[in-house]
Amino acid sequence: MIERIYSMSDAALAAQDELAAHVIRVIAATQHLPLDAIGIENTFEELKIDSLDGINIVFALESEFQISIPDEAMQSLKSIRDTVEGVRQLLAQKEQAGFPA
Amino acid sequence: MVRVAVTGMGAVCALGNTVAECWAHLSIGRPALGPLPDPGKPPYKFSLGAIASGFRPLEHFSEKETGMLERFAQMAVVAAREAVRQSGLELTAQLKEETAIITGTSVGGQFAEEEGYVRLFRENNPRVAPLTIPRTMSNAGASRISLEYGIVGPTYTISTACSSSNHAIGQAFGMVRRGEVTAAIAGGSEAVFAEGLLRAWEAMRVVSPETCRPFSLQRRGLILGEGGAMLVLENWEHAKARGARILGEVCGFGMSSDAHHITQPTPEGPLRAIRLALADAKIAPESVDYVNAHGTGTTINDSTECQAIRRAFGSHAERLLVSSTKSMHGHTLGAAGAIEAVVSLLALQHGLVPPTANFLDPDPACSLDVVPNEPRQANIETAISNSFAFGGLNAALVMRRIG
Repeated sequence: MIERIYSMSDAALAAQDELAAHVIRVIAATQHLPLDAIGIENTFEELKIDSLDGINIVFALESEFQISIPDEAMQSLKSIRDTVEGVRQLLAQKEQAGFPA
Repeated sequence: MVRVAVTGMGAVCALGNTVAECWAHLSIGRPALGPLPDPGKPPYKFSLGAIASGFRPLEHFSEKETGMLERFAQMAVVAAREAVRQSGLELTAQLKEETAIITGTSVGGQFAEEEGYVRLFRENNPRVAPLTIPRTMSNAGASRISLEYGIVGPTYTISTACSSSNHAIGQAFGMVRRGEVTAAIAGGSEAVFAEGLLRAWEAMRVVSPETCRPFSLQRRGLILGEGGAMLVLENWEHAKARGARILGEVCGFGMSSDAHHITQPTPEGPLRAIRLALADAKIAPESVDYVNAHGTGTTINDSTECQAIRRAFGSHAERLLVSSTKSMHGHTLGAAGAIEAVVSLLALQHGLVPPTANFLDPDPACSLDVVPNEPRQANIETAISNSFAFGGLNAALVMRRIG
């Protein structure tokens, strides 16, 4: 799956950052977008992702990564990078709390 | 066109089982938001609801009847009974033909549907209860009211999410005004505390994790509520001729669709509904004294609504009293328009504006007089009640004090 992203999207990204690729896969699936349409630098606005889409994405990410994304955090998400970094933080917190991701 | 009198009101919600009980809370600004009877497993992300805990179905219906009528329909019927009783309408054979029943509800009967799913999908039992269809149908309340009184005029149910019962009253108002019917029982009801529905609201992320603080800087969302309310609307001359006590007048109604976004509001749609309602009532914006706001307590609804009010009323917006009583009875969804029409009529009658409860600090994006926390005595003659629904459907009802 990662290899597919490697060939389809930002090469450096996929090689270096498996989590980013994973988050992008989830976003692509909920938004019915091709994987190569989404880059780490894209804003939600560029991708025409509105607040209702945001709720869907956050819901899917919560299920996929077994995390809980607070409302306030959700409202501050404006881009793919924000989202990836947000998920990364929550996974790290989860690990620290003794529930290995 | 004839004038339309309100000759009866009924209400049941977290505030009380009757209009008088509800007013006892509203008039002192005491909210009825309390802990959910079942906190959920895992717990819901919200812990408060406006639960009609004093509503005991068996005080109103036989056990057999409660098996047929879901909670939302029970509340519609109980509110209708109170309204009809107060109106003193004598339902002759002719009047039964000339009376309409129009109710609103957002989701109708949710409990029977969820019970059916549990059997079907969890217990792998294909035998779903035989009354599931008549229990879940959105018109269950309207039909029961028709059966109970033998009313055979136009009877139907409107479902436009949170505008349902404002639309229902607006429709009934139009029918009475155009002389199509002599009287109408109109309003709505909702029973929202069903597990599947609560989880769906939770996933929408619009329910407040603490309380409901409309127009406050610290607002974090709505609090769900259950209830029902009904008005008896009547041809003015008919009401006068029989010596009925007229409680108020419905004098204008406006509606619009945003055609903007399925959940994001925009000021333009609400603005057009308000303007159309004022034009329909043939009154200038300056004659409105009180706005019972949609005021859900979400960040975006409240600021958008304030923009719409400012644009509709211009400099007069500074003198308007605007309150969201959802801070006390919760957001009752399909019942909201009806409960808030009752609240508006009571405010006009008593010259007392129920406050926006739970208010902390003002939000510059909502810089109107939102009557924070304390009820306000005011000589008010005309009120407007706003309802704006998911799906972008807006309704505004204009009411006037009599005497």
